[in-house]
Amino acid sequence: MSEHVSPLVRDADGTNDRRPGTPRRGSGFLDGPHRLPTTPSATVGPYLAIGLTWPDGADAVAPGTTGEIWLRGTVRDGNGDVVPDGMVESWQADPAGRFAHPDDPRGSSSTAGFRGFGRSATPGGEYAIRTLKPGAVPDGEGGWQAPHVDLSVFARGLLDRVVTRVYFADEAEANAADPVLSGLTEQQRATLVARPTDDGYRLDIHLQGADETVFFAV
Amino acid sequence: MTGTTSSGDGGRLALPRYVREDAGARTPVAFPDYRSTGLRAPLRTPVDLPHRLTEITGPVLGEDRVAPGDADLTLRAGGEAQGQRINVFGRVLDSDGRPVPGALVEVWQANAAGRYRHVVDNWPAPLDPHFDGLGRVVTDELGRYEFTTIKPGAYPWGNHHNAWRPAHIHFSLFGRAFTQRVVTQMYFPDDPLFGQDPIFNAIPPAARHRAVATFDLDRTQPDWALGFRWDIVLRGADQTPFETDDDGDVA
Ligand SMILES: [Fe+2]
Repeated sequence: MSEHVSPLVRDADGTNDRRPGTPRRGSGFLDGPHRLPTTPSATVGPYLAIGLTWPDGADAVAPGTTGEIWLRGTVRDGNGDVVPDGMVESWQADPAGRFAHPDDPRGSSSTAGFRGFGRSATPGGEYAIRTLKPGAVPDGEGGWQAPHVDLSVFARGLLDRVVTRVYFADEAEANAADPVLSGLTEQQRATLVARPTDDGYRLDIHLQGADETVFFAV
Repeated sequence: MTGTTSSGDGGRLALPRYVREDAGARTPVAFPDYRSTGLRAPLRTPVDLPHRLTEITGPVLGEDRVAPGDADLTLRAGGEAQGQRINVFGRVLDSDGRPVPGALVEVWQANAAGRYRHVVDNWPAPLDPHFDGLGRVVTDELGRYEFTTIKPGAYPWGNHHNAWRPAHIHFSLFGRAFTQRVVTQMYFPDDPLFGQDPIFNAIPPAARHRAVATFDLDRTQPDWALGFRWDIVLRGADQTPFETDDDGDVA
């Protein structure tokens, strides 16, 4: 309907709830409860190290914890060049599949020294997070998600973070049943699966290119 | 607010869903006029990731991340920073209007001359021995934050001929959930440099004002500092989807 119709017109046709005689008139709401619009994101720019450096940033688990591993990888751009001025943040469950967070309905992680969150700059293009290998996590619908780590990548040239996930190559059975991986092609899945190394696992992140990593809208 | 319940039904969980702003009101990852996005912003459409346990939880960070003095950037290395002293304050809310208490707010900025204390920034503006440009605060029980700093200067960059960044303060925020994480920049009102800045103009026009602080005379301290208010809104958890039935029952 034309938006120029007078709001006093009585023969409302139901397509404009604000006019008199329509059901919503008088409810107090125009077209639903008001939501505050969210603050728009912006790039971290080249100087993020000033504000986002923590001495213990890389430690998703306290150093020396039994079972600690390093999750590493190189971040590359569309030319295949490394991204030396970015930052990677990680968030994950503990080996029992629990999160160090009060909203975990099964109770917060009880693993001593486990923060579950890591933050690594990418000098030379490389991120490195000290952590524990996560356990499987319920998918909320009676099934399970394979062990995984959520990653956020921030950098100059990204106006918002980009989000991806790390899975583990030695969890083939769990990966095959994972609801997120199941929705992807074989080639897409390959961009998310970290391979074992001497001290943990490695997953490179390709922001663009033939091997562009699968990024997620959350 | 946890909003999370377990039905005890074989691992079925009722989890909150964090509302996502329409694409037309969010900053896109890529913006051609901001040239660095050309080789860095992913080209493929992101895959939708339903919010499960990993996405509705997030790091619990608080006062342990903040050192004494972190909320006053004007006192460093035993002296006072040069520049226009300002108080920057506001509330961190979610999109339902609820305050976000205990949220870690990390800020960084250039000095009054527009120079960052960073090895990569070597344009010929002076460094200030009493300014490092780093601040951290945690929101109080009502979601309020405040810090004292100096107004940052504009600075040139190589994006295009005669390119200058408008004065801005970088903000990094954690809410309660992975989905609420945001890093952004706060601008000052009426900056004449807005028109030529692709980072500001990458924000959809209808949302740009949300990135701009407002001058606040009430929070301006006599003989001391100007006040600028900036509220930050994180995504809210939609526990009770609005009834779309056209029955007028919206209560
Ligand atoms: Fe900046």
